[in-house]
Amino acid sequence: MTAPIIAVQGLRKSYGDVTVLDGLDLEVARGEVVALLGPNGAGKTTTVRILSTLLRPDAGTVTVAGYDVLRSPGAVRAAISLTGQYAAVDELLTGEENLRLMARLAHLGRAEARTRPAALLELFDLTDAAKRPVKTYSGGMRRRLDLAASLLSRPQVLVLDEPTTGLDPRSRNDLWAVIGDVVRAGATVLLTTQYLDEADRLADRVAVVDHGRVIASGTAADLKSQVGVAHVELTTPRGVERIETDGSVSDVRRILADVERRELDVSAWAVRSPSLDDVFLTLTGQPSVPELQETR
Amino acid sequence: MTTLDLTPRTDQSPNGAGADTVALVGRCLRRSTRQLDTLLLAVLLPVMLLLMFVYVFGGAMDAGMDYVDFVVPGILLLTAGYGSSTTAVDVATDITGGIMDRFRSMPIRANGVLTGHVASSMVRNAVSTALVVGIAMLIGFDANATPVEWLAAIGLLAMYVAALTWIAVAIGVVASGPEAASGFTFAILFIPYVSSAFVPVSTMPSVLASIAQWNPVTPVADTLRGLLLGTPIGSSGAQAVAWCVGLLLLGWVAAAALFRRQH
Repeated sequence: MTAPIIAVQGLRKSYGDVTVLDGLDLEVARGEVVALLGPNGAGKTTTVRILSTLLRPDAGTVTVAGYDVLRSPGAVRAAISLTGQYAAVDELLTGEENLRLMARLAHLGRAEARTRPAALLELFDLTDAAKRPVKTYSGGMRRRLDLAASLLSRPQVLVLDEPTTGLDPRSRNDLWAVIGDVVRAGATVLLTTQYLDEADRLADRVAVVDHGRVIASGTAADLKSQVGVAHVELTTPRGVERIETDGSVSDVRRILADVERRELDVSAWAVRSPSLDDVFLTLTGQPSVPELQETR
Repeated sequence: MTTLDLTPRTDQSPNGAGADTVALVGRCLRRSTRQLDTLLLAVLLPVMLLLMFVYVFGGAMDAGMDYVDFVVPGILLLTAGYGSSTTAVDVATDITGGIMDRFRSMPIRANGVLTGHVASSMVRNAVSTALVVGIAMLIGFDANATPVEWLAAIGLLAMYVAALTWIAVAIGVVASGPEAASGFTFAILFIPYVSSAFVPVSTMPSVLASIAQWNPVTPVADTLRGLLLGTPIGSSGAQAVAWCVGLLLLGWVAAAALFRRQH
């Protein structure tokens, strides 16, 4: 068995009286896609910032690609690329100029520094906007340019902090497709998300983070089976009624037949998969209440 | 479709810090060309004040020489002060906007980002100062300096710009955002008023006169005036250089320390 590419042990960080990370442990194997799933304030962003050498931990050890983040931050930086929650691009420069600058700073060879920006602009459907200043870009275009900048250096580890928050469904799908390509090429991806479906779609493994610790870890299917069941949700004049189901066609048909027999006044119905709230309710015994904003 | 290699790169080819800094200076210069309104303001503001001082107040001023000659060195310091202080806004924009996180998570010396802003401030100020000198000459500014004196004046202005720019960088690092940082540009605009920049210190009430004596702008203005117009410099030259070097070191050390502490 090879050593994990990311190894986090007993990570602690607090700001004054507020404990953000409370002994977080995490291991990610080379080539794996791991999602940190949790509500705002769970400590996801803080973990990612420590991993990317932007923040110093109070206690605990973190190694990335075999290098300690405190002792060899330079080597860690050479191995990773970070895409944060805020598009980290220069508003006054054009998309192309941004990528050229980042290519030089990523120390690409001469040939790559010339060809790679154009190829990435094409991959992210930004060729037409390449010569326009970024300040004219939409939110989705900025996020795409940001991810393109992260891929310039062909990182071993791609760190994505809530990559699709605020994106429309189409941009979201496009972004997911590119992340899939990156993973197939052999990179390791650590992402944070508040959405179970995103974790489901992208990650080999999901680590649920709450109050600064990993409280559960496994495949999305594992987590869902821990939560158990889906629900048929009925909207009636008396309120919303939820009936448990295993999600199979025959079971849903049985429930609907029953509803029809009881002559309930149903204005809308849907089959709901377990949500992040359901996961939290099951794992922590309490709903996931956002207690504080993630610290930048 | 161009083929795009996404295979993780495991070799590392570290550039010299020099090449990184060159790239970051290039970035800031390019930004400056996209902010021509800022550059325009950095020229227009001092020129408007120059015209007002010369044509509105000038007739009532007795500075012992043509007032336009007396006031131009002061206006040049105002130009330099304003032009340098806008760097605080640029630095604060980088830090609060997220791009600093990208720079800091790349295998480069992140201080180069600050150096880039300082270098482009020097270039911007060279342009705006040249324009202001040109306009001053059109309305009758008559310098009688030798080439060596011109060079010395340019050197002094460069030191003054570098010192104020590094202080602006330090303020940009600690400011909560670009708006807060822009307050600094206004503060800097007022400092030359209580100095020998626009009126002789001897004409001020005694309290103000003693403040003006200690204002770093006074020895710099007196030295600049001496170099360009041949008025006596005396000990002002040494004081001006000492102030500029001192403020430069203070700003530089403060900016570097505050930038590191933010980590």
